[in-house]
Amino acid sequence: MKAILRKKEGNKTAAPRLSGRRRWREFLGSSAFLGPSLIGVGVFFIIPFFIVVYYSLINNPVQKEFVFLDNFKKLFDNYSFKVAATNTLRFSGVAVPAAVILSLLLALMLECRIPLKSQFRTFFLSPMMVPIASVVLIWQVLFHYNGTVNQIMALFGVDKIDWLRSEHCMLVVTLLFLWKNLGYNMILFMANLANIPKELLEVAEVEGAGKLYTFFRIKLRYLSPTILFVTILSLINSFKVFREVYLLTGDYPYEGLYMLQHFMANTFRSLDYQKLASAAVVMAIVMVFIIALLFIVEDRFGKDVEQ
Amino acid sequence: MRKKRTFGRAAMFVLSAVFAILFLLPTVLTITNSFMSQSEINANYGSVFSGVSDGKTYIAEDVNLKFIPDTVSFSQYITVLFKSPDYLLKFWNSVILVVPIVLLQVGIAALAAYSFTRYKTKFKSFLFFFYVILMLMPYQVTLVPNYLVSDWLGILNTSWAVILPGAFAPFSVFLLTKFMRRIPTALIEAAKLDGAGEWTIFRRICLPQCRSALYSIAILVFIDYWNMVEQPLILLQDSTKQPLSVYLSTINSGEVGIAFAVAVIYMIPSLLLFLHGEEYLVEGITYSGSVKG
Repeated sequence: MKAILRKKEGNKTAAPRLSGRRRWREFLGSSAFLGPSLIGVGVFFIIPFFIVVYYSLINNPVQKEFVFLDNFKKLFDNYSFKVAATNTLRFSGVAVPAAVILSLLLALMLECRIPLKSQFRTFFLSPMMVPIASVVLIWQVLFHYNGTVNQIMALFGVDKIDWLRSEHCMLVVTLLFLWKNLGYNMILFMANLANIPKELLEVAEVEGAGKLYTFFRIKLRYLSPTILFVTILSLINSFKVFREVYLLTGDYPYEGLYMLQHFMANTFRSLDYQKLASAAVVMAIVMVFIIALLFIVEDRFGKDVEQ
Repeated sequence: MRKKRTFGRAAMFVLSAVFAILFLLPTVLTITNSFMSQSEINANYGSVFSGVSDGKTYIAEDVNLKFIPDTVSFSQYITVLFKSPDYLLKFWNSVILVVPIVLLQVGIAALAAYSFTRYKTKFKSFLFFFYVILMLMPYQVTLVPNYLVSDWLGILNTSWAVILPGAFAPFSVFLLTKFMRRIPTALIEAAKLDGAGEWTIFRRICLPQCRSALYSIAILVFIDYWNMVEQPLILLQDSTKQPLSVYLSTINSGEVGIAFAVAVIYMIPSLLLFLHGEEYLVEGITYSGSVKG
């Protein structure tokens, strides 16, 4: 009987009407399924994270004296940390908008009902599965001082550039980042573009709206939640670019490429737990802020589109 | 009007084709260069990888990017496959690390996602939000806790140190929950009326309903972990246990030719999965498209 009632009213309204014992049983039943995951996440991520927070607040693992924010002050005074943080921000500041805009353009291009569309999609996705190390070899050949890119530029009378050991290194890494990530983002945009109601676009066309008008007034509005998501996703992926930079240039690259990840890896090697822990905590706090922002913004924009 | 549109489409086609070639180039180069003999590699790329000056003289100062080798040679492959067992051993290391991660992660996630889908409570919504945050954390943040806990459990330097954190990674939980929320409630309610218990509903209704989702998530997870470098580098310092992906990234200048061949061999499993399950892969990516269910 209860089950029928629940079915009629839908899940949400029915839940509070269940008797206490039944709810308790259902809660237990569902928790059992969550158990394995929760135990693992607890042991491998949650508990150790609190240990890290603890480490960031004490003076050293032997004395264990509580020093509150001293480690953070030291961290923010640390030259390498400042360089690393600035470089990471600068890289993300360039690479993330580029990743969002270019992948949207790619998606729009493939939307145009061109021939070989699905093949192109495959090609754009292919970088996902190439081992990064071999790509780095190719990149080194392309951007070496005597490499291909400089040779091509020489044809146009441009001077040689030492790509990996000058201010231009950021561009090289950005290109690698874009190459690796555009396909994934493009798929997200394509799925979203396909969800825009066709009637709306047809009405716009009948009413004589131009392509640009349709794009900015209709498509972009529908795309806005995805744009935000892709932005965050690219931001997170831009933190992962360490692997590429590390393989291209090693532990201590040209100063312009020294990122937070290098800082973490090098600190890790010297086992300076306080520095490491406080850097991890700072990064986590920044990330939580960004993610919370994503949730809030998606909430506001999402309502706009959902009927 | 018609003509203009055809012209526009042609322009788009050309533009897409240019981009597609640029995207394919590094992959194609890796494959064609793996068929070069060591001497040809040295002649073409010698000056790039001569960072450690070992007294060799290279033929050209300039780097010569080549698409098609002068003579097709399988010597690199022969070295990799038959002459030194090291590479195959490392390939096997990759398999015994990645396959358990994929199976465990998807299995544990299926259970957790079922729990997140059925009976929503405030606590669970909070927990789900927490999982999303965890999923989005950069690896550098979770690395320190991971290291500490592996040390504490005494599994540092064993493959468990890599497998277990991978098995509990929240990515699959997040994706699968989104898939499972699409299963019509009526279906589950009907099964309940027939007296099916939680386990039966899970096994007989939820799992078959999201079979394609399980597949697409498995592909995504596989590709991600197949190319992992940082985790084994830090948690598995014993080089005989490290996967081929780590070895590939530490390859030194003398072995560039081999590196291409190893990369091609290493690419084969993900390539096959990719070509075989591209539709699933795309579906999986599509579902990851927003942080909310």
